[in-house]
Amino acid sequence: MKNTIGREIPEKIDGIGKVDLFIGAWEKLKKGWMDEITIPPPNKAKMPHQCKSCMDLEKAIALTNPKNGMTVSFHHHLRNGDNILVKTIDILAKMGIKDITLASSSLNQSHDPLLKYLKDGTITKIWTSGLRGVLGKAVSNGLLEYPVVIHSHGGRVRAIHTGKIQVDLVIIAASAADEEGNATGSHGKSAFGSLGYAMIDAQYAKQVIVVTDNMVDFPCIPISISQNFVDYVVKVDSIGDASRIATGTTRITKSPLDLRIAKLAADVIEHSGFFTPGFSFQVGAGGASLAVAKFIREKMTRQGLKGSFLLGGVTSYIVDMLEEGLFRTVFDVQSFDAAVSSSILNNKNHIEIPASLYANPFNCGCLTNKLDVVVLGALEIDTDFNVNVITGSDGTIRGASGGHSDTASGANLTVVVCPSFRGRVAIVKKKIHTIVTPGETIDVLVTERGICVNPARPELEEKLIKAGLNIKKIEDLQKEVESIVGVEKEIEFTDKIVGVVEYRDGTIIDVIRQVKN
Amino acid sequence: MLYIPGNNPAMLQQGGVYGADSLLLDLEDAVAINQKDAARILVRNILKEIDFYEAEICVRVNHIDTPFGMEDLEEIVPLQPDAIRFPKTETPEELERLIEIIEKIEDKHNLPHDQMTLHVMIETALGVQNVFDIAKLSKRVDAITIGGQDLTADMNISGTKDGSGIDLARKMIVMAAKANKIDAIDTVFVDVNDDEGLRKETEYSKSIGFTGKAVINPRQIDIIHEVYQPTEEEIRKAYKIIRAFKKNKEAGIGVFSVDGKMVDAPVMARAAYVLELADIDYDSV
Repeated sequence: MKNTIGREIPEKIDGIGKVDLFIGAWEKLKKGWMDEITIPPPNKAKMPHQCKSCMDLEKAIALTNPKNGMTVSFHHHLRNGDNILVKTIDILAKMGIKDITLASSSLNQSHDPLLKYLKDGTITKIWTSGLRGVLGKAVSNGLLEYPVVIHSHGGRVRAIHTGKIQVDLVIIAASAADEEGNATGSHGKSAFGSLGYAMIDAQYAKQVIVVTDNMVDFPCIPISISQNFVDYVVKVDSIGDASRIATGTTRITKSPLDLRIAKLAADVIEHSGFFTPGFSFQVGAGGASLAVAKFIREKMTRQGLKGSFLLGGVTSYIVDMLEEGLFRTVFDVQSFDAAVSSSILNNKNHIEIPASLYANPFNCGCLTNKLDVVVLGALEIDTDFNVNVITGSDGTIRGASGGHSDTASGANLTVVVCPSFRGRVAIVKKKIHTIVTPGETIDVLVTERGICVNPARPELEEKLIKAGLNIKKIEDLQKEVESIVGVEKEIEFTDKIVGVVEYRDGTIIDVIRQVKN
Repeated sequence: MLYIPGNNPAMLQQGGVYGADSLLLDLEDAVAINQKDAARILVRNILKEIDFYEAEICVRVNHIDTPFGMEDLEEIVPLQPDAIRFPKTETPEELERLIEIIEKIEDKHNLPHDQMTLHVMIETALGVQNVFDIAKLSKRVDAITIGGQDLTADMNISGTKDGSGIDLARKMIVMAAKANKIDAIDTVFVDVNDDEGLRKETEYSKSIGFTGKAVINPRQIDIIHEVYQPTEEEIRKAYKIIRAFKKNKEAGIGVFSVDGKMVDAPVMARAAYVLELADIDYDSV
């Protein structure tokens, strides 16, 4: 059967059950309450002055009574420097635990060593926002019996609230913590910034272990994860590779192409009608996306314009804009570079937020709903403005849903920035491999070869034309790209579904099929 | 004017997207000797296939006294780019020879002689000495450019950031261009990470009369446009002058004043030029 954007999806999928089809970006939310039940968080108790400290991670895990079929969750705030996730699975595998559902907020290349556990049945199911490297390739080639579920950051919170993900054990790595489990990522040798994605797990997991390489005197301040949720605390030598956790200051790209796209995107924003005093803004950390912030910063300074808040994944560049007074507040669910941690610690207007407040669709108003402008990237975009950020040109999983669909759904103006082609591969295409973000939530596409406005936004198109910007139909741009790179050979897939892409409201927007070798 | 090496397909196919007014597809210095054939074929095919949008296309061929110059012309002239750039031009005689060759090729392909123009590049002391005669030789020459790197080498001096060693050459080239009512394009600024240096040099180029500047990196384009585009104040002033001129003309008055300053024919011409740069139609004022 097909969902409303024409993707062929089976009624039932092994490991998922009956499929709830995507019906439109806002359809499920319109009535104001959700039919899905909310799973209550566990009731737990500790005796007064009971000690939570454990000698090592192995002992702490043993105390949680791990069992076959359990769900284990992690956050991905340690970026590519994480060694806690793999270490935990090593321990569970050594204990002989099988059939684990891995529910990390995202997975990256530091998790490549998990491959052996996917092969030997230690891990049989995965819920994640992103999947890359050898894991992405292996899953795409059909290694797992059941499909990986790809969710957005907001969607993950919703999935935990509604019991789709029921976490038995969460391991929360922190760069500082105290003996009771109050924890933060904002200071310490492995400081990584916000702990926004771990907060929901702390609240809902049956067992919570905080792991730190920096045990501080009670109380650990600021309290990002609070002690009332934490069962055990473990001190380890290192939570990861500090050089990869605390990557240096994010620099603006020097790529002329990315800068060109970014400049055009900034012009679009300036003339969109949303570049007004008090506007709110989010950009990614990638090449062209972050470069848009540079041009917006210049325009704001030149025009003396002040915004209200910056949201999202936060780079030091965003912190600079806060410190210059261009925006009043930064809401930080995830920090991208080292300089951000000290800002969280020292600037009262730099506010660490939980993923639920950031983007959960099932509440009374997440911050993405309050966004004026968001700038997002794309691996592929089709002529209906649907965006793929999860599978590459070879059909394998190599990206992340992240907050893409969450922010696109909420923002008044969603701008996608990407080159129209990379190398000989078209980015703007008639049909894309996987849809993560529906075209109805995308307002403008900005490429080096022109700007395309979603036909559903004629008033916006009129404003941009009036401003003298080069607007073309997305169909014309797609043809232009095809005339340069040609028509690519279609990738062959088997019928096996290796990935299910959940829209933020829990409906299924697309499936990823196994690449035929 | 954005320089693009003729043997770089990725840069060539994206050449038109950066907003440069003109593109120089280079078969000469940017291409290694063993890449000359490949670059020529690539540029030929790119000219046939790729849309460079509004950018003017100029191809820099190798000098006709090198083993590659003739082949470059045989391949490129039939495609009639907007212009051919002739490097290391030193005398009117060699330019004459070049034009003869080009026109023979054009005759062979039944092409007119008045479509494709020529940009001459002055890169030696001898070229600088002869620049006026070179500039006036043919109506096909519509721009002179200075090649700062080669000229510095030819003069056996070290290049400096302030360009003092080639300052006289710059001014002689501008003067020759102005005397013949053609464009003068300044040499590249090689430090692509020094935005302020680029801005300073471009401001100087503009102040001595260059009509444009060459760039080696697309990141430099915006700064050059910013320098060359008239300021809001300049546009407003020009607008006022033209309006006053039109009003006074109806009344038969030739010399008048705007904001207390005398306006005569040269001031008027300058005001009209500012409006042209700002893309404002003279008749709409």
